[in-house]
Amino acid sequence: MSAGAPPPSLSPSAGGDLAVAVPPPSVDDARLASRERWRLLWHSKTFIAGVVIVGFWILCAIFGKAIAPKDPFAADPLNSLVSPGSAYWFGTDRLGRDVFSRVIVGARDILIVAPLATLLGTVLGTALGLITGYFRGAVDDVLSRIIDAFLAVPVVIIALLAIVALGPSKVALIIVIGVVFAPIIARTVRAAVLSERELEYVSAARLRNERTPYILFAEILPNVMGPVLVEFTVRLGYAVFTVATLSFLGFGIQPPAPDWGLQVFEHFGLISGGYWWPVLFPAAAIASLVIGVNLLADGLTQAFER
Amino acid sequence: MTVQSPPIAPPALDLEDVEVAYRVRGIWRPVLRGVSFTIADGESYGLVGESGCGKSTAAFAIVRYLPRNGRVMKGSIAVAGEDLLAMSEEAVRQMRINRVSMVYQNPGGALNPTIRIGDQVAEVFAIAGASASEAQDRARQMLAKVQISDPGRVMRRYAHQLSGGMQQRVVIAMALAKDPTLLILDEPTTGLDATVEAEVLDLVAALRRELGTTVLFISHNLDVIAQMCDRVGVLYAGRIVEEGPVRSVFDNPRHPYSVGLLRCLPRGGVRKDRQRLDTIPGFLPQLGADLPACVFVDRCGLAQDVCSAREPDFHDLGDGHRSRCHFFEQAQTLPRSAPAAGVAAPQNGGEPVIRTEHMNKTFRQEGQEIRAVDDISLVLGRGETLGLVGESGSGKTTLARALLGLTPADQGSIVELEGRQLAGPIAKRGQEDVRALQIVFQNPDAALNRRFSVHRILARALAKLRGDRGRERETHLRELAHSVRFDVRLINSRPAQLSGGLKQRVAIARAFAGEPRVVVCDEPTSALDVSVQAAILNLLVELQAEKGVSYLFISHDLAVVRYLADRIAVLYLGRLMELGGAETVFGSPHHPYTEALLSSVPQADGESRPRIRLHGEIPSHADPPSGCVFHTRCPRFIGDVCVNEEPSLKEVEPGHFWRCHHSIDALREMQRTAPPERDPERAPEPAAEAEPLPPPAADPQPGGAS
Repeated sequence: MSAGAPPPSLSPSAGGDLAVAVPPPSVDDARLASRERWRLLWHSKTFIAGVVIVGFWILCAIFGKAIAPKDPFAADPLNSLVSPGSAYWFGTDRLGRDVFSRVIVGARDILIVAPLATLLGTVLGTALGLITGYFRGAVDDVLSRIIDAFLAVPVVIIALLAIVALGPSKVALIIVIGVVFAPIIARTVRAAVLSERELEYVSAARLRNERTPYILFAEILPNVMGPVLVEFTVRLGYAVFTVATLSFLGFGIQPPAPDWGLQVFEHFGLISGGYWWPVLFPAAAIASLVIGVNLLADGLTQAFER
Repeated sequence: MTVQSPPIAPPALDLEDVEVAYRVRGIWRPVLRGVSFTIADGESYGLVGESGCGKSTAAFAIVRYLPRNGRVMKGSIAVAGEDLLAMSEEAVRQMRINRVSMVYQNPGGALNPTIRIGDQVAEVFAIAGASASEAQDRARQMLAKVQISDPGRVMRRYAHQLSGGMQQRVVIAMALAKDPTLLILDEPTTGLDATVEAEVLDLVAALRRELGTTVLFISHNLDVIAQMCDRVGVLYAGRIVEEGPVRSVFDNPRHPYSVGLLRCLPRGGVRKDRQRLDTIPGFLPQLGADLPACVFVDRCGLAQDVCSAREPDFHDLGDGHRSRCHFFEQAQTLPRSAPAAGVAAPQNGGEPVIRTEHMNKTFRQEGQEIRAVDDISLVLGRGETLGLVGESGSGKTTLARALLGLTPADQGSIVELEGRQLAGPIAKRGQEDVRALQIVFQNPDAALNRRFSVHRILARALAKLRGDRGRERETHLRELAHSVRFDVRLINSRPAQLSGGLKQRVAIARAFAGEPRVVVCDEPTSALDVSVQAAILNLLVELQAEKGVSYLFISHDLAVVRYLADRIAVLYLGRLMELGGAETVFGSPHHPYTEALLSSVPQADGESRPRIRLHGEIPSHADPPSGCVFHTRCPRFIGDVCVNEEPSLKEVEPGHFWRCHHSIDALREMQRTAPPERDPERAPEPAAEAEPLPPPAADPQPGGAS
């Protein structure tokens, strides 16, 4: 009598069939379901932590100048590279600018560029995903191979090439990151559309002779918004990181902006001299924002994929 | 373990006042409300009821496999005298290994897709302590026992390479491998074709005779329970309302719910013009609702004050037949909730609405041509219902989709609407043609956009099909909702907030929005409970009488087709095998394939006819059999002529066509008796798999592996 897994006749299907035992939703239950989803979200520690972190940086982005104790752009050569202390909480950089104030104010650029880039990528990617998923056949084959080719090359390399061609500006940054992200989002949306298009409400729409754009955007799109939303938050985390990376490489936001990636770029050579604060604090800011966004994404994923 | 076990032996299963609740949003909601029943050793007990009444919950409670939010709140469950609820986890595990087996509805989900069938079955023996080679041998014997003709070959296969019926045999083999004290079958044939269902039920019955296994059979299908069980318990809202020997309960029901349920079924050849189906008014009480008195009181036509004041006790009617009704003596006088009078069919006068001639539909798959619809010529008259029957894969749905223009028929097919050729694809059809042909799909959950309100769904259909705007559209929308008896107060609900029957009403309303000439009904009631099905069928009949619409009614449920259809077309492998008036096709003589289909239907009324079983699977469309395509499975196989010559569709009597080499007189004579089992030497070997593995061409491969 070996004590192995439970008998096969019970175990393999149990996961799927338990759903049968869960009582079917009634009129009340269905109405409560979406309310329930939000309630669940607000009870999720992950999601709340994300909201707190991201919320903090959004406040900094909006009211940065008012919160910052000093002028983030005021150079003070006499007080350059002062270590953190009571006068300068995060110390000063090589031009004597207050690092704390620059970190607070630096939230603005990244929080404009990253979400707009992600939004652009999500809109493009969703449209692409709807089209490839719905038509399949030749359209899908061609577009999907292009997407595959795009995905094969590292994002930063493509972005670098494009920025070099377009010249660095915030608009260029938004467009480039948006376009680079679109194929990735298109893949997720396509997968959702593939199963959605087989449902008979799509046939019913065709039997009313609806135009294809109506079927795609009015009938199918609302039903794939869950994955789209999740994908948006996940990509937002990557976008923050990509913006910071490009700035660090000198192709993103340009000086004298107090951008975090730029600050790290301007000072990382000084670390060996013991001047760690102008690098560490902006780097920590980048990390916290990425983590915050990812916590939000996790919370949403859990709530929507139940 | 025989039926004649000494009386001191404990019953195989004993449930005593079991209450099970699910915790939903922090509140415990009762699902089973004091269920008690006993299954004697070797007995077969049926649990019947509509969805949501707690059948599956009972099964899961018996194997202590409730979902995490479920709990047995009260009562006791004893398996062979042992208290299940007091057992340790390990003891429960041992019980599942050795004594209780369960077979689920979906065999595909119960088999591991990555393990070969042989190893999966052998695993059961290995867990019970057999050596590897011994386990393999016993697995082979077990598969042979469930009538798998070539166990060695099946053992090397994976689950997806077997058909549904074959998969379910394997699951049953695994369940019986340990010689269980109790076998629980939870809707074991619900997803299967009627012909396959018949085979699986025969198998279970034969195994029970041989092994004397005790069976708990759970089904929503009264006919299946009637065929398979000794005793039956009727479950409603988590309570057994009536219990007793199967024949006694079904022939002489003594609870208004059982009476109503049996009246909902189209039985004994009743037809739409003679009698409307009865329905059960109202809805199942909400989950966890407070039901202090009789659970059925809100829907019962016999209810009096006492029914909502006091919970009735079981009244003993002798022979173990018990009813939980204060008025069990009057139960059969339950007033009808739908008027009895049939609906006079509008006389069509033969004017054709749809006419097809030499209609073909060919799919190309991996360079191979698959003819899903082969040379079909049909006429559908005004106000007429044409029933389309056949096993899955016979081309019913493909035919319908080609008519609708969703997957257009091949070039050269003649498809006419009121004498004009219809364009193939829907996009090329004019507005009039688009609104003339509509469909009601099988599953309203998939057919209604779950993000849209009922109002938006219907308003859009009216706008697109009739060009309605503004006030006019609102007026028409209300009329439309009214015509399908949909409560206008629910018009702003989303589909998920509605019951299955209400959703299907919305889908029907949408199909009727453009005042169509023809509505295709693709299994419109097979996802619904019987009481809801009856109401929907009545509605379809009434709408037809009012609007003079024609139906193309696709169903695998022959009783439903017989009730509704004026004429019937029987399809096999994309070909029309028989066509004729409903009574002609159902009466004798019929085509051998129709004969087999009819014979596979279980009957609650216990009417006995010669039983014919179709063995093997439907042959592949890619490589149809030579001659008559049915010859590989035909119970009335003649010989070489069937193998070599394809019979033409001939008119054997006025209005009655079939495709068979037999003459009508020969079949009339033959069909008085059951056919002899086909000589295994001459009969082509029943295929073990759904498709022969090589060539894999017929298997659609998902394109674009990256």
